[in-house]
Amino acid sequence: MTVRVSIDVDQCQGHGRCFSLAPELFAFDDLGNGVVRGDGTVDETHLDAARLAVANCPEHAVSLEEST
Amino acid sequence: MSDKVPVRDFATDWDHTDPRWVADPYPIWDDLRRRCPVAHTERYGGGWFPTTHDAVSRVAKDTEHFTSRTVVIGNGRPLEDAPPAPIGVAPPISSDPPFHQIARRLILPAFAPGPVNALEPMIRALCRRLLDALAGRGEIDAGSEFAQFIPPAVIIRMLGFPERDEDLFREFVHVVLEGIDQPVEQRIEQFAPIEEYFAVQIEDHRAHPRDDLTTYLLTVEVGGQRLAPEHVFGTMILILVAGIDTTWSAIGASLWHLATNPGDLARLASEPELMATAVEEFLRFYAPVSMARLVKEDVDYLGCPMKRDDWILLGFPAANRDPAVFPDADRFVIDRRENRHLAFGLGIHRCAGSNLARLELRVALEEFIARYPRFELADPAGVTWAPGQVRGPRHLPLRLASREG
Ligand code: HEM
Ligand code: SF4
Repeated sequence: MTVRVSIDVDQCQGHGRCFSLAPELFAFDDLGNGVVRGDGTVDETHLDAARLAVANCPEHAVSLEEST
Repeated sequence: MSDKVPVRDFATDWDHTDPRWVADPYPIWDDLRRRCPVAHTERYGGGWFPTTHDAVSRVAKDTEHFTSRTVVIGNGRPLEDAPPAPIGVAPPISSDPPFHQIARRLILPAFAPGPVNALEPMIRALCRRLLDALAGRGEIDAGSEFAQFIPPAVIIRMLGFPERDEDLFREFVHVVLEGIDQPVEQRIEQFAPIEEYFAVQIEDHRAHPRDDLTTYLLTVEVGGQRLAPEHVFGTMILILVAGIDTTWSAIGASLWHLATNPGDLARLASEPELMATAVEEFLRFYAPVSMARLVKEDVDYLGCPMKRDDWILLGFPAANRDPAVFPDADRFVIDRRENRHLAFGLGIHRCAGSNLARLELRVALEEFIARYPRFELADPAGVTWAPGQVRGPRHLPLRLASREG
């Protein structure tokens, strides 16, 4: 099973909660909007951080997807 | 404010400058959230006050039905096409789409995490200097002798204005934010010194360009053109107004909490790693800022018959206490991990300065607690809360116990 994070760029307003809580998974661009690092694959050790990013984004812009 | 009729029922007659609201708004909001949840008033020419996280979010994100033409409630309303439309008086906060995006994108790079994080050593040194100046005192006013000095000092440096003008700056903010009940003519008069001061600074920057935000606003081009002078002026006013009272209030309210909750102070002093969640919880619990919108056209919305030019008070602080979103909403939980608070608003007007505000708040608290791991209110009756749409303690008399003591 793989878990991936993604950011809905139309919803993101640059609150910066994702890259503060999970810097291994997210970075930011010149405007301060969140961007996913790499292809967004989340390994076991970062699952908790990924969930926190989802739960703290005020715009509901971060999501977690599981695929097998 | 003094000759106003007292509020009878906040559900049908709310007034955010009512002394009870100013002193302690939370029980009022909780009551309204249970009863209404959108309160109404005939004051200020008519307005609505949604109190749930969901309703506040909906209005904040809806630029089709609501305009940001003005975001501070007053007795009058600016005309729809009053100059400098479509720029608005203080872009981007007073701009609507599509112009808003242009004005916002211009300033975002200056407030992105990279440049903001680079300010940390300067902010830390500033806080230490302020605390050094208070050394040896057993009692201080942490509102007017500490918290108040930090944001203007930071913004003056970002704009590239003379550092000696910090006091003048704080005066300007009072004029803009705390005079909402004064007649329009008087307010315009009060703005004159601000305009003069900014004009002098702008002239100086034109003559001597340097690496600061003022020079950037004067030279940046959109579609091959420099910004209109009223755009440059408006954005500078906005950064002045939006960045000072707000952050001062957040720092002051956080210190007030710690002074009145020794358990939380002790934990933060002994477990500094709690600072990250604590800062977000301070912002949730004591969110200082409520913003307004005007209704564009008559519409039934949130079950309310809204009329064109009615106010909507966006109670981000009330949304942050909504038990539908926050378990134990009325409890300060220093290690709250899931905290989707709206202290910085949401949607296209999300506080452009949120990275800076968080940094100032964190560093101010770190430095204060490092110096004074124990403190309490020296005079509870001496604490005064600012009225209006930015709420925080202006005077905060504290009794200090130093690290040695
Ligand atoms: C704790 C401190 C602060 C709080 C709670 C706060 C809160 C807010 C809120 C709620 C908004 C949304 C306004 C709306 O929806 O109409 C806003 C907008 C804004 N804030 Fe802040 N703010 C703070 C500090 C700052 C600082 C330090 C700056 C910059 C120096 C700043 C600059 C701005 C700007 C430029 C906007 C307008 C953004 C836009 O309209 O696109 N704020 N702020
Ligand atoms: S927390 Fe949400 S809004 Fe903020 S940068 Fe991340 S995705 Fe964007």
